[in-house]
Amino acid sequence: MQSDKIELVCPAGSLPALKTAIDHGADCVYMGFRDDTNARNFTGLNFSLDNAKEGVRYAHAKGRKVLLALNTYPQADGWQRWKNAIDNAAELGMDAVILADPGLMQYAAKTHPDLRLHLSVQGSATNYEAINFYHEMFGIRRAVVPRVLALAQVEQLMAGTPVEIELFGFGGLCVMVEGRCALSSYATGDSPNTRGVCSPPRSVRWQETPKGLESRLNGILIDRYDPEEKAGYPTLCKGRFDVEGETYYAIEEPASLNTLELLPKLINMGIAAIKIEGRQRSPAYVEQVTRVWRQAIDSCQRDTQSFAVKPAWMAELGKVSEGQQQTLGAYYRPWK
Amino acid sequence: MKLALGPVLYYWDRDTMFYFYDQMADAPVDIIYLGETVCSRRHLLRLQDYLDVAERLVAAGKEVVIATQALIESEYDVKTLRRIAGNEKFRVEANDMGAVRLLANKTPFVAGSTLNIFNSQTLDLLAGLGAARWVMPVEMSRAALASVLHQRQFALETEVFAYGRLPLAYSARCFTARHHNLQKDDCQFKCLDYEDGLALKTREGQPFLTLNGIQTQSALVHNLIGELDTLQDAGVDVVRVSPQAHHSGEILRLFRECMEQRVTPAQAFSQIEGLMPAASCNGYWHDKPGLEFISR
Repeated sequence: MQSDKIELVCPAGSLPALKTAIDHGADCVYMGFRDDTNARNFTGLNFSLDNAKEGVRYAHAKGRKVLLALNTYPQADGWQRWKNAIDNAAELGMDAVILADPGLMQYAAKTHPDLRLHLSVQGSATNYEAINFYHEMFGIRRAVVPRVLALAQVEQLMAGTPVEIELFGFGGLCVMVEGRCALSSYATGDSPNTRGVCSPPRSVRWQETPKGLESRLNGILIDRYDPEEKAGYPTLCKGRFDVEGETYYAIEEPASLNTLELLPKLINMGIAAIKIEGRQRSPAYVEQVTRVWRQAIDSCQRDTQSFAVKPAWMAELGKVSEGQQQTLGAYYRPWK
Repeated sequence: MKLALGPVLYYWDRDTMFYFYDQMADAPVDIIYLGETVCSRRHLLRLQDYLDVAERLVAAGKEVVIATQALIESEYDVKTLRRIAGNEKFRVEANDMGAVRLLANKTPFVAGSTLNIFNSQTLDLLAGLGAARWVMPVEMSRAALASVLHQRQFALETEVFAYGRLPLAYSARCFTARHHNLQKDDCQFKCLDYEDGLALKTREGQPFLTLNGIQTQSALVHNLIGELDTLQDAGVDVVRVSPQAHHSGEILRLFRECMEQRVTPAQAFSQIEGLMPAASCNGYWHDKPGLEFISR
């Protein structure tokens, strides 16, 4: 089941960001509640019930959709919190919930059969057998695929499942399979799976030293910067480390995923939706990225053959990219 | 409690692997997990070789489980998965929901730690599909485990990763190939050079992680030998030791002696230290950062 038009799914970390995304051409926005039920559990971010209600009203009035991310794994002592979040999503009229935990999907499917279910990227489904498991068990309608597959692998996956596929198009790049990374809890105690955070701000320390500016995560040296270098947030997989006497970005450079040039291919493949990462980013980021991607998608859908990426788009996206660098990530196989 | 040996997470040459499992046939271990769980490019042992090893281990009185790859990307991976799931002789550890789909309602299976079972609802769901045993996620604490086991409806065995460098993350990218400026598709099988993985340190020399192809492990060795009594109290049925290049047999013997109360956890802990490739951590069990060590 492929929809005619590829959907642009934009991040809404707050009500202003949500309105900005809608105003600049998002087909859907995705949001989370203000707790550990979602994978961007940061202070000052996300939605109270009242804000969520207003967000849904605003989006629906303009004919757009709202998706609710409930994509952490319910912890043993907190089932009630995740269950309530599902009930609230149904009550608020969310267009879909984005889930990772099978137990929670079972609850949602049984209790709210009309609530549309999407499989979160945190569900780590990288093959059609896994996606079909969630489809047969819980009737999921869409799966967000981890940022680890090459495009040819995505095509193979799509041939084996009736479930719609949503891909990440732009934003922060997880090098690890989402849902299968415990590096953050190893270093700090909190991870995306357990607390909805990665390299949490409360564990970050910046320190000026004679050797340079140092960033630490729970005391672990993640990077050290020379005066002329621009410092970045110490996401632990994007630090410089020593392997056999060589110091380099041993896991990944600070760079953002940008798949703008793959757009014709993604549209021809029948990808249902393109997701923009960044609920933790500002409304200004949401505005810039949504505007560029709306223009690019419209231009590409008018004429896929002669679509060309405008340098102005790349420049605009470059400004909001991590470390001002962009990559095609795993979609381009040699990256691996 | 039963004692299990996890699958070899590193890439060892063929002779080393056969020699290792010859030794394990005589080791005091109840359950042995076999198979390539990390990278499909590691081909020195094919599935048939593992099945042959499995026959020998069963003859030596071991329970054998064939473990599936954690990251299934290509059609080739899916085909291998189908062959493992369809083997009619040995129990299978499912390390991806795709594997669960192929095993569900057909044959009892082991639900691996990468399935992220964090609550009793999901545990019961998998038990209902035929999971006879589950392996707790490495991130999970003793308190969280106790809570899940208290709330669950179905009876199935609980296994805990109790010794070894922690498998923390999986990626499409191969970090060992990257270290050698090679692409993954032309990795020259550099993993063969690192029998216990490739050390990653901070810029001030603190051992932090271990690169093992597409898998990232802890630098420290997660070690719960000093906590075996608390594992027992929490309701753990199976204790897993992860293979390392040297001393795995001696480590299993120490675990066995401790489980049979011939040595105390404290004695076992002091004896195991000389056999370890790095210092101990146990933070996860205590609901702390995994790299911490909480002494009793």
